[in-house]
Amino acid sequence: MKDFGFTMIKQRTIDYDQFDGRLLNEVLEMEPSFKVCLSCGGCTATCSAVDLVSFNVRRMNLLLRRGETVELESEIKKCMLCGKCMLVCPRGINIRNVIMLIKKSIPKYKTVTL
Amino acid sequence: METNPFIWPFTIGLLFISCFLIIIVSIWISGLSHIDKSRIVHSIFTRKSLLAIRETFMESLLHRKIFRKNLVLGYMHMSLAFGWFLLIVVGHIQAWNYYRSLSVPAYKAIFFRYFVTEPATTLSEKTLAACVDLLLVFILSGVMLAYFKRLNSRVFGIKKTTKLKAGDRIALTALWLIFPLRFLAESVSAGIHHNGSIVSQPTGQILSSLLPVHSLEMPLWWAYSLALTLFFVSLPVSRYMHIPVEVVLIFLRNYGIRIKKRIDGYSRIQVYSCSRCGICLDSCQMTHAEIKDTQSVYVLKHIRNKNLTDEKLFNCLLCGRCQSDCPVGLSLNDLRITQRIESTKEYNSSYEYLKNGPVEVSPQTEVIYFAGCMTHLTPAIIKSMKEIFAVARVKYWFMDEDKTSCCGRPLMQVGQYEAAKKLIGHNQERILASKANKLVVSCPICFKVFNEDYALPGITVQHHSEYLLELMVNKRLPMNKMPLRVVYHDPCELGRGSGIYHQPRLLLDEYAEVIPVKNEKETAFCCGGSLANIKIQMNERNQIRDEALEEYLSYRPDVLATACPLCKKTFAKSNKLPVHDIAEIVYMAIQEKQNLQKTEYKKEMKMEFWK
Ligand code: SF4
Ligand code: SF4
Ligand code: SF4
Ligand code: SF4
Repeated sequence: MKDFGFTMIKQRTIDYDQFDGRLLNEVLEMEPSFKVCLSCGGCTATCSAVDLVSFNVRRMNLLLRRGETVELESEIKKCMLCGKCMLVCPRGINIRNVIMLIKKSIPKYKTVTL
Repeated sequence: METNPFIWPFTIGLLFISCFLIIIVSIWISGLSHIDKSRIVHSIFTRKSLLAIRETFMESLLHRKIFRKNLVLGYMHMSLAFGWFLLIVVGHIQAWNYYRSLSVPAYKAIFFRYFVTEPATTLSEKTLAACVDLLLVFILSGVMLAYFKRLNSRVFGIKKTTKLKAGDRIALTALWLIFPLRFLAESVSAGIHHNGSIVSQPTGQILSSLLPVHSLEMPLWWAYSLALTLFFVSLPVSRYMHIPVEVVLIFLRNYGIRIKKRIDGYSRIQVYSCSRCGICLDSCQMTHAEIKDTQSVYVLKHIRNKNLTDEKLFNCLLCGRCQSDCPVGLSLNDLRITQRIESTKEYNSSYEYLKNGPVEVSPQTEVIYFAGCMTHLTPAIIKSMKEIFAVARVKYWFMDEDKTSCCGRPLMQVGQYEAAKKLIGHNQERILASKANKLVVSCPICFKVFNEDYALPGITVQHHSEYLLELMVNKRLPMNKMPLRVVYHDPCELGRGSGIYHQPRLLLDEYAEVIPVKNEKETAFCCGGSLANIKIQMNERNQIRDEALEEYLSYRPDVLATACPLCKKTFAKSNKLPVHDIAEIVYMAIQEKQNLQKTEYKKEMKMEFWK
């Protein structure tokens, strides 16, 4: 990466040169409804786990799109699959399937972020 | 004793299939748990075996359940199974009777008319010969129906039939050939030796006047023997494995063996017992949404062929409609869940955030109330329950008013059994710590898991429909029958899932007028909202829902009542009629009565005032 002389906090850097979109592509292919998420946050607002722990379903989308698999994995571990998110989603997205697909494929694609 | 080389293919085939079945059934049974094995040992010489024999007779031979579904289909199955069975039995009696010995080899019975060329003389011989003839005709009528069914399955009430693989095709062809060939062979022999009976003799005479029967006799008996051999040899790779395996299944089921949370010998036996009759295809509402390749019959077939994909495995509502229609009585829901457990066992989840703080509940608490995640999305149900508790003066602890984990059932449905256990453990501890002895649940999904998978000694778990009925019977609730026409929708997890059909109806009947509908109780529809299906898309769910609603709407109800927050939410989204939970209806009636009493009271007060 080109050094412009700015200080950058390592953990906050996303190196798009090393972007790994394999998991994202697989999930979107298997659950195309996830493409139309408008990040409204309805799912997060209703989520059963949110009451108990810092957990954000909408952030899952972000992490997935950024290819941050390690954080993603520890994040979705918290989901109880209760299904509330699916019922409130204005786009009718099958969020539980997204979570299950990630759980299924993440060991394959897990990359250690440097 | 005389013989002929054509008996050899048959004898070798019979030997092969007998050995194969003994070996495979032994492998399956040895794969059972120790407890299950001891169940077998302890039940084998009890009444259970007699019951199993009776069931085998009623279902494997007579096919009573298929008869109930469709007469023609039932007749077809019965004529083939029961007819063939009788043919074997009567054939043997005929051979024993003729040779005056019980140690006659099987082929002497099967090819009786080839070996015994003299006509029947005694009365018993004549009767037996006539029986064999009639049985053959009986079976042939079934075979004709089977030919016809392949061409036109609609006549049988079955809209779709399953596709065939090579093994099935060979076995099917063999099965279709066996009986016509036997009939021809017997008739030709009868034409030559005049040893036939009521049907084969006239047929033989006609044949001998038309064809060179002498040169046809041997080829026909050979063909018959080869068709039998082909059937035996292709049996292990065809769906007809269900014929012998179903008998094993019936015995094990009667001995109390059930599907476990892991794949074992018993689940293999269930898989092989499917006859691919296709009845489950017709029960499945997913066909309304054009989902036509994920139904139980296909899943079982894919399990057998080891090519089941997650896309198919998880595309099922676990509504249980196919299970209640399956004539073999397979535990289709549990089988699918076991398969899901197998397919997701590597998945990770962690609920370390669930901390068990102290549970502070007053010692007078009568009832623990658990609304459930779904109910939190339908606040009217929670409000009604709270008001009803107040009217009945019940001291209750609202366990999941805020911050409570899910019950674990949705995880269980998608096979995340280990993950579900973590939630179950957490909730269990809180429930037990409260020291109350009744748990009332508003959601049938939670109800099922509390009932079946939680260890709650001394605690009665009730769905709120049962609990409200109890309150009403104990006169703790005011009565008021409203002039409201109600159709009651049985939620899958409460009805087929937990067998609760009557309590909600009894309760509703006291507060409104319940109209019976065509598809209710065991055959009730699924609302389409089920959490068990993680693959289905929202528009497909809506199609399933609308199809069910159409039937309900045809009865012109004022209200669609249900006893599940998820069903309520699903139906309400259609905006086609008001949908209320049973608790809401009870509360509405109570409120109406209270308002009435208030106005009466006010009127009285006014009268007093003006006196
Ligand atoms: S509710 Fe649906 S659309 Fe909104 S953020 Fe969640 S997934 Fe996306
Ligand atoms: S299914 Fe998971 S993400 Fe959705 S509301 Fe429930 S706990 Fe939250
Ligand atoms: S699962 Fe049952 S209903 Fe379905 S094809 Fe098999 S035997 Fe028939
Ligand atoms: S459980 Fe219901 S949705 Fe699943 S295959 Fe059977 S009928 Fe269809």
